[in-house]
Amino acid sequence: MTTATDPAAPPSPAGGPATTLLRFATAGSVDDGKSTLVGRLLHDSKSVLTDQLEAVERASQVRGQQAPDLALLTDGLRAEREQGITIDVAYRYFATARRRFILADTPGHVQYTRNMVTGASTAELAVVLVDARNGVLEQTRRHAAIAALLRVPHVVLAVNKMDLTGYEEPVFTAIAEEFGAYARRLGVPRVTAIPISALVGDNVVEPSAHMHWYHGPTVLEHLETVAVCHDPVPGPARLPVQYVIRPRTAEHPDYRGYAGQIASGSFRVGDEVTVLPSGRTSRINGIDLLGEPVPAAWAPQSVTLLLADGLDVSRGDLIAPTAHAPATSQDVTATVCHVADRPLTVGQRVLLKHGTRTVKAVVRDIPSRLTLDDLSAHPAPGRLVANDIGRVSIRTAEPLPLDSYGASRRTGSFILLDPHDGATLTACMTGPTGVDTRQPTLDRG
Amino acid sequence: MNPPRTGVPGNGQDAGREFALTHLDALESEAVHIFREVAGEFERPVILFSGGKDSIVMLHLALKAFTPAAVPFALLHVDTGHNFPEVLDHRDRAVARHGLRMHVALVQDYIDRGVLKERPDGLRNPLQTVPLTDTIRELRFDAVFGGGRRDEEKARAKERVFSLRDEFSQWDPRRQRPELWNLYNGRHAPGEHVRVFPLSNWTELDVWQYIRRESVELPEIYYSHEREVFLRNGMWLTAGGWGGPAEGETVQKRRVRYRTVGDMSCTGAVDSDADTPDKVVAEIAVSRLTERGATRADDKMSEAAMEDRKREGYF
Repeated sequence: MTTATDPAAPPSPAGGPATTLLRFATAGSVDDGKSTLVGRLLHDSKSVLTDQLEAVERASQVRGQQAPDLALLTDGLRAEREQGITIDVAYRYFATARRRFILADTPGHVQYTRNMVTGASTAELAVVLVDARNGVLEQTRRHAAIAALLRVPHVVLAVNKMDLTGYEEPVFTAIAEEFGAYARRLGVPRVTAIPISALVGDNVVEPSAHMHWYHGPTVLEHLETVAVCHDPVPGPARLPVQYVIRPRTAEHPDYRGYAGQIASGSFRVGDEVTVLPSGRTSRINGIDLLGEPVPAAWAPQSVTLLLADGLDVSRGDLIAPTAHAPATSQDVTATVCHVADRPLTVGQRVLLKHGTRTVKAVVRDIPSRLTLDDLSAHPAPGRLVANDIGRVSIRTAEPLPLDSYGASRRTGSFILLDPHDGATLTACMTGPTGVDTRQPTLDRG
Repeated sequence: MNPPRTGVPGNGQDAGREFALTHLDALESEAVHIFREVAGEFERPVILFSGGKDSIVMLHLALKAFTPAAVPFALLHVDTGHNFPEVLDHRDRAVARHGLRMHVALVQDYIDRGVLKERPDGLRNPLQTVPLTDTIRELRFDAVFGGGRRDEEKARAKERVFSLRDEFSQWDPRRQRPELWNLYNGRHAPGEHVRVFPLSNWTELDVWQYIRRESVELPEIYYSHEREVFLRNGMWLTAGGWGGPAEGETVQKRRVRYRTVGDMSCTGAVDSDADTPDKVVAEIAVSRLTERGATRADDKMSEAAMEDRKREGYF
């Protein structure tokens, strides 16, 4: 996970303008024009190069299409091009003078909900696309709910195809208000609604000449300037130990460093720390940032911690400040998205990977399954199948230091694996959902 | 090697932008995390090392990830027999300087033994797949690092960071594991292995900016120099014993450099005066051609050339 904040960041080491990284995901129903939007963003920000465009033109001609089909820029697999749909997440890269972007382009089909979960898990912003003619659909609500469950800090509602509704403000306003009301119920902190036409290029990169009533940013302008508010530093410090570095050389006979990527917060030399799950305590003697000693380090830097005492620390342990160490438990309840084709059932034995630790676990209970379109909870479904969202209670063989997902997307998340073939089964988020599931029906105004 | 870092931590009061990593620091941190995950989870990892810029940057990151200890991985080079001598020289010096172990699989051996047949077009890049997958099986590697980047090609854009391969080294794009947060799943059955791509999220420009920042040494063919080349299929190829020029193709001296380094038979040079990392960064920033579009013949064979090769086990 990376932080991206103010575009006016300090100068980069290279001396050129500093750029931060923004990871975002797009979601939209089939035919909402998502591929066109992505194509337009890449094209108008001059991120599509001549040979790629020529390849698209050639392929479009072969298919008998009159104009270059920008969707062919993004549909990378044979099967996708054959069927004209996006099957799997694709990652796109583009840059402006202000920021570098990693775009997780996720498919819109219901059956690929898990792919949106994949894309949203690392995203700091999600673009939800709707067709201005159709308004908020069941699929729109599903995309908003996933962004909320995964706690993507920013949501952009892109109301597309405004050219087909006469660029009328009331059309846009009604959709933005309906979506906003739904997003508020989901606990989404902020929604930015932008009226666009991906086909014509209105408000994607260039401001629209057709919608003088709109005074907000274009999509690209918003992506470039959005202040990402999930700053990891205020959270308590967490370092899942990945690997113990012990050179045992003449130069470094006693070096014993605990390497890992800081999951949240910051560590300073001198901090009192506790190693979990053992609970032993020590003090930070030194911090190495890839070979360079530093007085402090913060998320998401990859570092090596040197401790004052010769504790027994190994991969899978978690180092945390003694004053703010998480509680450990063998019982965990989480909101989950089931991502495998085989179901998840009560009583099933699984492996659980949290941070750098993988432990045996058993599914004790599946108390509910969430219906995303109206946010109602269906009690005791007994099992979850592919793309289901639900609540799951798990008992682990060893105690785990779990934070709430609301407090930390890194140390509050874990995955379930099949112990037989290692398949990834379920994406899990610890603690309450943040989504109010008590009301069975949606207030549609 | 001590790049200044952006920002210093405050007292948590005005925490915010001073903590933001630059994009290069963020990418570096992510790549190091990936290296350490593999070191922690696998028995026999290996780094695919061609002597090209991506594998050199990959090795540089691995060195930083485990410092002051040695890199806990061996290197593997699949030598097509048509490599640039400067690149092989650089490879051997890097191995010696860092005290690494290296395995070399020779395509020429396979041709000499009659296992592989020279293609009519003389391209040897596609022939690498069999020696690569054989070596992985024989030496029982369970994690194989590749320098592939998702920005290179549209099939690669679909690739996971941890990509499971079956016992035949095959990639099935429809059966990829979802990859959630940074919780990489390295579980595999005996005989299977995982391809790992620490540079997944890097672009060509990022790689060059990083080379510049870290003063990473590259084979000299990446920088502008005078070279005898001839034109074939719109690309400037280096004359040599591998099979060029053919009749009707004339050699001329040009100022060129290479954007990618692979087999001499399918890697083209570009006209360039960029002879320093600064000038290369400036050149790439305004280039209207992708790295592969400009200089790789093997990707132009069909719309799905890369996908098809990856399915068979190519990296």
